[in-house]
Amino acid sequence: MSILDSRITRRRFIQGAGGLALAASPLSAPFVLAQPARLKVGLMLPYTGTYASLGNAITNAFKLYVAEKGGKLAGREVEYVVLDDESEPAKAVDNANRIVNRDKVDVLIGTVHSGVQAGMVKVSRESGVLSIIPNAGFGAATGQMCAPNIFRTSFSNWQTTHALGKVMIERGHKTCAWITHKYAAGEEMFAGFKEGYEKAGGRIVKDLWLPFPNVEFQALLTEIAAAKPDAVACFFAGGAAVKFVKDYDAAGLKAKIPLYGNGFLTDGTLQAQGASAQGILTTLHYADSLDIPKDKEFRLSYAKAYKLQPDVYAVQGYDAAQLLDIGLKAVKGDLKAGKALVAAMEGVTIDSPRGKWKMSKAHNPIQDSYLRQVVGEQNKYVSVAWKALEDPARGCKMA
Amino acid sequence: MDPVIFLIQVLNGVQYGLLLFLVASGLTLIFGIMGIINLAHGSFYMIGAYLAFSLTRLHGNFWVALAAGVVIAVAIGAALEWLVMRFLYQRDHLYQVLLTYGLILIFEELRSLVWGDDVHGVAVPQGLDFSIPLTDNLSYQTYRLVISAICLAIAFGMYWLIQRTRLGMMIRAGAVNREMVQSLGIDIGLLYRLVFALGVALAALAGMLAAPVSSVFPGMGNQVLIISFVVVVIGGIGSVKGALVAAIAIGLADTFGKVLVPQIAGMVVYLLMAAILLWRPQGIFGKA
Repeated sequence: MSILDSRITRRRFIQGAGGLALAASPLSAPFVLAQPARLKVGLMLPYTGTYASLGNAITNAFKLYVAEKGGKLAGREVEYVVLDDESEPAKAVDNANRIVNRDKVDVLIGTVHSGVQAGMVKVSRESGVLSIIPNAGFGAATGQMCAPNIFRTSFSNWQTTHALGKVMIERGHKTCAWITHKYAAGEEMFAGFKEGYEKAGGRIVKDLWLPFPNVEFQALLTEIAAAKPDAVACFFAGGAAVKFVKDYDAAGLKAKIPLYGNGFLTDGTLQAQGASAQGILTTLHYADSLDIPKDKEFRLSYAKAYKLQPDVYAVQGYDAAQLLDIGLKAVKGDLKAGKALVAAMEGVTIDSPRGKWKMSKAHNPIQDSYLRQVVGEQNKYVSVAWKALEDPARGCKMA
Repeated sequence: MDPVIFLIQVLNGVQYGLLLFLVASGLTLIFGIMGIINLAHGSFYMIGAYLAFSLTRLHGNFWVALAAGVVIAVAIGAALEWLVMRFLYQRDHLYQVLLTYGLILIFEELRSLVWGDDVHGVAVPQGLDFSIPLTDNLSYQTYRLVISAICLAIAFGMYWLIQRTRLGMMIRAGAVNREMVQSLGIDIGLLYRLVFALGVALAALAGMLAAPVSSVFPGMGNQVLIISFVVVVIGGIGSVKGALVAAIAIGLADTFGKVLVPQIAGMVVYLLMAAILLWRPQGIFGKA
């Protein structure tokens, strides 16, 4: 991180020195005035640690959109201030304060980890800086702590699991067991699932919780086998998702009790999960082989630019840039036009690779939840599990 | 609880305990017997897992990859000992903490550079990739039982090496009084390099064996570090037998903790540690 800092400082020093030189020469002064000030975009994301690949995908896609617009948003050249938040909640407030108050960014983009997000939301509310969340599903960000200057282009934790219950009932699974890690995100995902499943007429016979980040599942798999539910729903991501899917299969449960989850169970993990993941059904706001022209276009240009296939995180980063662009255009790049800017961003319909979505009053996407099935190394689109799913935004005074 | 389910949970607990012993075995040697604080233990475990991932891709056979991985780990261990560790035996423990903490950061960065930040899986070795049915809907992965057998073999091997061989005698003597052993004409430098390398190799071996059941991901080393120290401390510093008993006790406590008191499952292991240390501050088999 210190390397990044020094680089920024050096760049700023050179800019400063250049500015002085220009100011000193009376001839060049008019040119300086004619040039609109650069737009400082702060990217506070994880670039090291478990979530580094998510932070990179978001950054890549954000920069891809800006590059497509010739490096400018609403006529203002974009300058990036990059900060690695390390997915470290303890440093979140300090880091956010630094990038907002010391680096004086115009817009704050971040982050992935919900714990870090909680700290960032606090700083955003205090400073009033325009903030866009490109991943973290932390419910309160567009719930109790919602604010006019805070937007989200990803999802709320509640949204990712809510459609799952309906899907399971449609497939005849009237009882189920739930399993996840015991921490804030896991509890929010459980709440979303429980509400949807019970409303659809299902009964949760057992909810099982592991201390985070423990991944020794055998004891709880034995509990599932003993409870004999019709199906199992879960939330796991990353390394835990790989291990859970493999263990579930090795314990012989996959063939007897179908496994469901939200999309994180099988996103970016399929190569590692191999045969154990085949056929698993999940819900998420993005899928492979969506028949959406915008998606095909996006995948092609992303693959061209980075020699990588984009994922759901890249889509969320791309939409963060789109949202910012639309807002800025409406106020001709003038961030001081606070209310007009917020109004423009609130009324937005984003033409996203995941399909068109609208912004809710609480500033969270109203989006389709897709049912996907693992086929080979793809999360293939099956159907729309829930059309225009909106987070209830409980506790948000704007909603 | 249904008696069949209870027995399966006991099996789960013992099996997890044996896995913990395997994970902690390298630390038992380096921290328990040599008396060096080694926070980089988790990093060696992680390196082992990533080696298993790369080597099984290079060479399809898991066991060949395992053998090659152990050789590489011994080389890494010996090189590290020669480069940095040997200067710190005489120093205060704090220096060892600082150095090995630095190693964690270095290995984590290297891992990111070499292997990237993605999650990987290692296939269960061919011939063991099937499960044995236990009840009408639950099976047990054969490979897990094989790991348990290997853990027991390593436990007895280590006990025999430390307690019953001349080399083990020299190691124990060296841990008690370095100068005295040196003055008896034993090359203590070489001896320590050997033991340190062996400890690193054990940690890496644990990572490699666990890779097919645990998957391979960034930060995996940090997860095992604390539990490894807990195993060594509960068992009694310097005791292989203690580490084995402690590991199985922790495995059972963790398993039944999750089932019976899920609200505080994360604390059960540490409550057990606190209780044992209150009863015997030197650990179960530690010498007062």
